[in-house]
Amino acid sequence: MSNREQFLVKAEPFYQAQGREVELYAAAYAARLPVMVKGPTGCGKSRFVEYMAWKLGKPLVSVACNEDMTASDLVGRYLLDAGGTRWLDGPLTTAARIGAICYLDEIVEARQDTTVVIHPLTDHRRNLPLDKKGEVVEAHPDFQLVISYNPGYQSLMKDLKQSTKQRFTAFDFDYPEAGLEAGIVATETGIDAATAGRLIQVAQAARNLKGHGLDEGISTRLVVYAATLMRQGVAAGDACRMAMVRPITDDADIRATLDNAIDSVFG
Amino acid sequence: MAIGLRPVSDARGRRFAHPQVQDAWAALDCGFAQVADVFEECASEALASFGAAQMAAYIEAARGLGKLGRGAEPMLIFLQEWPAVVAAARGDVLAPVLDLVKAMQKSPNGGAIAGFLQTLAPVARRLQAIEQLELYLDLVRELMQRTSTSIHGRHITFPSPSLPVFCRQAPQLLGLLSLGGLRNWVDYGILSHATHPERQEEYFALQSADSHAILQRERHGTLFVDVERKLELWLRALWREGELLVPYSTAFDEIRQPLPYYDSQGMRVPDVLDDAHGIAGLDRYRAVLAHMVGHRRWTLPQIADNWSPFQRMAVEFFEDCRVETLLMREFPGLRRVFLALHPKPAPGACDPQTTSCLRHRLAMLSRALIDPDHGYTDAVLGEFVARFHGLLAGAGASTAEVAQLALAWVAKTRRQSDQLARVHFADTVIDYRDDNRQMWRFIEQGDEEEAFDEERRLQRSDEPVGLPPRRYPEWDYRSVSYKPDWTSVYEALHPSGDAGKIDRLLARHAALANQLKRLLDILKPQDKVRLRYQEEGSELDLDVALRSLIDLKSGAMPDPRINMSHTTAGRNIAVMVLLDLSESLNGKLANGTQTVLELSQEAVSLLAWAIDRLGDPCAIAGFHSNTRHEVRFHHIKGFSERWDEPVKARVAAMQAGWSTRMGAALRHAGHYLAARKADKRILLLLTDGEPSDVDVDDAAYLRADARRAVDELAAKGLTTFCLSLDPKADDYVSEIFGRRWRVLDRIERLPEQLPMLYLNLTR
Ligand SMILES: Nc1ncnc2c1ncn2[C@@H]1O[C@H](COP(=O)(O)OP(=O)(O)O)[C@@H](O)[C@H]1O
Ligand SMILES: [Mg+2]
Repeated sequence: MSNREQFLVKAEPFYQAQGREVELYAAAYAARLPVMVKGPTGCGKSRFVEYMAWKLGKPLVSVACNEDMTASDLVGRYLLDAGGTRWLDGPLTTAARIGAICYLDEIVEARQDTTVVIHPLTDHRRNLPLDKKGEVVEAHPDFQLVISYNPGYQSLMKDLKQSTKQRFTAFDFDYPEAGLEAGIVATETGIDAATAGRLIQVAQAARNLKGHGLDEGISTRLVVYAATLMRQGVAAGDACRMAMVRPITDDADIRATLDNAIDSVFG
Repeated sequence: MAIGLRPVSDARGRRFAHPQVQDAWAALDCGFAQVADVFEECASEALASFGAAQMAAYIEAARGLGKLGRGAEPMLIFLQEWPAVVAAARGDVLAPVLDLVKAMQKSPNGGAIAGFLQTLAPVARRLQAIEQLELYLDLVRELMQRTSTSIHGRHITFPSPSLPVFCRQAPQLLGLLSLGGLRNWVDYGILSHATHPERQEEYFALQSADSHAILQRERHGTLFVDVERKLELWLRALWREGELLVPYSTAFDEIRQPLPYYDSQGMRVPDVLDDAHGIAGLDRYRAVLAHMVGHRRWTLPQIADNWSPFQRMAVEFFEDCRVETLLMREFPGLRRVFLALHPKPAPGACDPQTTSCLRHRLAMLSRALIDPDHGYTDAVLGEFVARFHGLLAGAGASTAEVAQLALAWVAKTRRQSDQLARVHFADTVIDYRDDNRQMWRFIEQGDEEEAFDEERRLQRSDEPVGLPPRRYPEWDYRSVSYKPDWTSVYEALHPSGDAGKIDRLLARHAALANQLKRLLDILKPQDKVRLRYQEEGSELDLDVALRSLIDLKSGAMPDPRINMSHTTAGRNIAVMVLLDLSESLNGKLANGTQTVLELSQEAVSLLAWAIDRLGDPCAIAGFHSNTRHEVRFHHIKGFSERWDEPVKARVAAMQAGWSTRMGAALRHAGHYLAARKADKRILLLLTDGEPSDVDVDDAAYLRADARRAVDELAAKGLTTFCLSLDPKADDYVSEIFGRRWRVLDRIERLPEQLPMLYLNLTR
């Protein structure tokens, strides 16, 4: 039981809804349908899932996927201790046992042979075979699988398999509309609304260049960083350059353009 | 289409499959085989972009150039370059170009025609607008006329010593100077070296000190072409505008400086802007664009007919200030730039007794409308500034509303002397503002739609085969500069032969294939490789774990590294194999039975087979050349094709002929390879000799160009490696390929060595 306890989201996370995603998610959860949250980096996907877990009162097990991840990292493995070997559940197994929402963040980063282990959990079987251990874990009735991915960014090599995609209901996220986004930044960082609006303006200038030299624009997360720096007393121009422009591009022309956008916005 | 040398005679009788190409060929009435060889591609390119009338004019012009008595060159160059000129100039300048050619032909300067035509496309790309190109033509003509000299008493005129060099240098010069700067530079050269042909030539070839000095003097300001991308990005980022930008020349109209404007063709901006009032040229461009963006967003055209010229001028000033106010609301930083560039007329500068002061009053008002700290104390001015801001508060008002305010202002401030002929101009020109032509509609003239003569373009289905030529520069080590668009590369899918021939060749090498197979299995990417002895890992390594357990049980110190993990050992390599298919490959080996070509076919087949087994993406192409006007590039295998029957059939049909223009082929191959996404991108060149071509005497020239091409590829992250079959290659091969080459001393071993080489290179 304490295992479940430790994965509960204690305090209400701040989440600004962009549309009807909260009620739609609740409906998907009620039917225990697997959910996929698509959208560019740093647009609030993780925050949304965290918020939903809190709202539904369910534990949340998050896994940040990466290329080196193997199936054992998800499912579990044998470890050695003084008494011999001991099985240790991986996060996916834990979530299935305790009835948590399991969030696989940036799933395409993981190799495809890793991602197939989730298949039996996403259909009528709702179970997870632990081949090494010779056990089949039946998923707890509260268990739900959520994945996130960024369709714009990854290379052709790294797309989700069609057979995996076909197992999920999906949300399309994008950066919120300017007013909402400024509100998010203001609430997250305590910066005043006008300054937050200016920062969003710079971010949008960069987003206009998507496909014209930039793969991705400036994310909400980076805007939050810039605002945070400004709260520390960093001047607007420096904060913007450091948190929003330098991280996203090495192209001198684009840098000059965004530097000018900063100067134009902050006068 | 057969490869290799074609019959030279009887070019008029040449037949082309596509009827439109055939018609054009008949109309061209051309006996040059050299032209016939590339005509299909040139005509295809032209047909794809020209309408019927334009096409006929193109062919007719080429026909005329063929009859100048100056060989095939002028016609050939024209056929190849003209579509690119039209595309770059964004319009048709055929008539003035032909005029100029005619003038050259009539004067003793006919020899300069080919050189003039040769650099027209790069010049047009630099100038980017038809009006600018016409000014360039005027400049060439003027230079020609002023430098063709005649000696007193004799009826001989001497050709201009500087015209050919000037045409050659023009693209490079326009990279440094605006058209205005170029004209000044030309002027100086003509005036100071009028009587000295050799010095004149040196000056125009950029080989004299004064030539460089004047160049530096004229080189100032920010050239539009140099900041074009920055400006496009800026328009898109800040304003979501994707408008075309077209430069105009600032230097040829001294009385009335042209102003920026925009129309359906794009936004017109000066070709060069100097820093001014502490604002950099780039920021001045941005101010120009921002102002026009403001109009495009917020200005609604007004009916001009009911208003007097004075009223219209006032409306323009008010509207200019309205859009700038709205712009600054969105981007407050613009205010600094606008205010620095906007004049600040002194209140007493204009004497209303003797001069029309309307412009002066408007310029002061304009200043006050955008500058909160204007400091003017005039009461009427103050009143209208307040009314203006009241009107704009909130939604920002409309053009019509602000026009009413302007009319009220005119009524209130009107003076008899406004009608005076003497107008006060000082400090009243705001040069980042456009000419406001989009603000007015004139009813009386009738708003006729621009009539387009929409000639029917070629339908997709009747488009002739053959890709348009791609042009590449060539490096001239003597002048230490590129000759732009110097080579034309024609590409096509290689014809097919009998695939069975390749299988039979491979069968002969069964033993070798077996040997290679073993090597391949080692190199082949394993999906996973085990990493043992890890303290943290993905799985328990049972062997080690048991040993540790025993250690533990027996009281010894156990090894904690009992896990293992996996990593992938994927190869991420793309390779382009480029084959020299020049005439020398037809030579027989010392053993007398096989040709080098046959041996190459075997070697390439084995290599392709091996790479296919490894799974590396691989493309194969062959090349040869017949002067710079005709570099042929044959696609034998594409990156996405497997080593299968169609590919084998193409290898089987390989033929050799002509020469080796290596640089152009390397550049073109690099163009395809650079588009691949792979950690390592390799261009593997198989050649049997040094670069050469029939139109080049200086072997060092093509070597230096090939070297340059290799450097260009390296800059793009491509690795070039050369396997040479020329036993004497050591003399030059490192000059071109640095350390990345190998010379095969025993040519019979090529089939074995080529695949081995590749495997070793990519191990
Ligand atoms: N709708 C939102 N409500 C609250 N915060 C948000 C929202 N969208 C983005 N954020 C902010 O952006 C940051 C990044 O969001 P996150 O959910 O981690 O992005 P993603 O998972 O899409 O990469 C969050 O830490 C939060 O500060
Ligand atoms: Mg996230």
